[in-house]
Amino acid sequence: MERVAIIGASMTRFGQRDAWVRELLAEAGEAALADAGVDGGDLDHLYVSNMASGEFEGQTGVPNALAHDLAATPAYTARIDQTSSSGGAGVYAAWQSIASGASDLTMLVGGEKMTHRSTAEATDVIASLTHPVEYKHGVTLPSFAGLTARLYLDTYDAPRESLGKVAVKNHRNGVDNPHAQFRKEVDLETVLESPVVADPLRLYDFCPITDGSAALVFCPESVAEEYVPDDQYAVISGIGGATDTHVVHERADPTTMGGVVDSSAIAYEMAGVGPDDVDVAELHDMFTILEFLQSEDLGFFEKGEGWKAVEEGVTDRDGDLPINTSGGLKSKGHPLGASGVAQVYEIVKQVTGDAGPRQVDADTGLACNVGGFGNCVTTAILEGSQ
Amino acid sequence: MTDDDTTGTTDAVDATNTAGETGSADGTDGEPVFEAAEYADGTVTYPPHPVGPDGAERVGTVDLRDREARVVTWTTSTATPPGVREPNTLAIVEFETDEGYDGPPVRALGQVAVDPDDPDGETYDVAIGDRVAPVYAEELREPGAGIREPASQAWDGFRFRPVE
Repeated sequence: MERVAIIGASMTRFGQRDAWVRELLAEAGEAALADAGVDGGDLDHLYVSNMASGEFEGQTGVPNALAHDLAATPAYTARIDQTSSSGGAGVYAAWQSIASGASDLTMLVGGEKMTHRSTAEATDVIASLTHPVEYKHGVTLPSFAGLTARLYLDTYDAPRESLGKVAVKNHRNGVDNPHAQFRKEVDLETVLESPVVADPLRLYDFCPITDGSAALVFCPESVAEEYVPDDQYAVISGIGGATDTHVVHERADPTTMGGVVDSSAIAYEMAGVGPDDVDVAELHDMFTILEFLQSEDLGFFEKGEGWKAVEEGVTDRDGDLPINTSGGLKSKGHPLGASGVAQVYEIVKQVTGDAGPRQVDADTGLACNVGGFGNCVTTAILEGSQ
Repeated sequence: MTDDDTTGTTDAVDATNTAGETGSADGTDGEPVFEAAEYADGTVTYPPHPVGPDGAERVGTVDLRDREARVVTWTTSTATPPGVREPNTLAIVEFETDEGYDGPPVRALGQVAVDPDDPDGETYDVAIGDRVAPVYAEELREPGAGIREPASQAWDGFRFRPVE
């Protein structure tokens, strides 16, 4: 099977944007094409990761719109919706298109326009992914986080402060990310005294509502140097996708994300590496508790000990395993369909030595994109080309 | 689950009607049923699915309305979607099962009921490990206020109240 290279990467500024989804997608797509040194007309496949442009904006058919705007016709197009993990699923689809030989040049653009909706409306659009027996009780993704955080703290005797330290760390990392929605540090006291959103979690335990887009260009590794110099591309050495139950309360252990366990096992095996080989990771910290769950379920730390790693600074930018050097969803923002693409963007920058002030010493990086509350997961492992 | 648990409900509720799993169908006594599904391998799930966790066919219905449960975890959500009470205290509960039952835990997520004796009309306080029982509510949130098509699912169901 042909290994797949990423030869172009871009992301727009995340935050509250005047642009609508078509414009956001075009902005990131145009920049990624330029980064790879190709034109829209060179693309065989063009994928758009997007959860809910119809629900948010009344704009459907976005891949076709983007192909036209970027003069990419007659490339094959498709929209990839896997809720919050649409970006990761798009990376999987793009990887598949190249690895299978179906495409010689593929672009993936992830994007979402959300901030024109009220928090209540946006929360409801996202909560519409839940099962009817959950939805009718008014459950939201933040309330799943509150339920899980309480159980985690109780089960593993973790201090509430440890969750707050995830927010502090990721806000600190976001300061150096010019694309981040929040480029401002917060202290632990501010986090712990912010308004309650889903007890025991507070405002700063949650990512914001965000507009934004990110894009990647893929080709076979064997021809990558025809597009960009050897040190300017990354290779997907392993990738896996997995699904957990739709109904969250039916999981055997509510503090374990089976989709993370299963998808990472596939990715590790494909890459021929293990958790100890990962130098840097982007995790789906839509809520602070998710960074603990994923860091454990990816095998970085023993079950119930992810919180200790944060307390000890292991996951700081200068720690043994930096997590969310981009600022994570928490600080960078979470434009649903773009997030999984932006996670890979950060890892590409890290393993190609192009992360600027966020740069860490990294040969191997991992991105874990989660949809729903662990319902669907894609884990990708990337290596630098050298 | 024992045979007694399903007596009167399997006949009353179409065991194959998983499309109706969102509702609280009426039992033979006319009261709403807290409908879980039983499968050929003995496992029980709430909500019902066409097949069990390991693919076993559905063979019946178990009514959870008279069963006690324990609170696995809970939260109070203060940022609720349109048509949902605010604040909204929710709990995941785990139902008691018979000694011989060796399937996965039978759990449900639901709102915590309002304490009728509370002068402010607030919900009961619950804690992890508390014993609770289901309480029927005709409307858990306002149909049509949110994004979901009102006719696509039922809006009644069971909240939970503490048991002494």
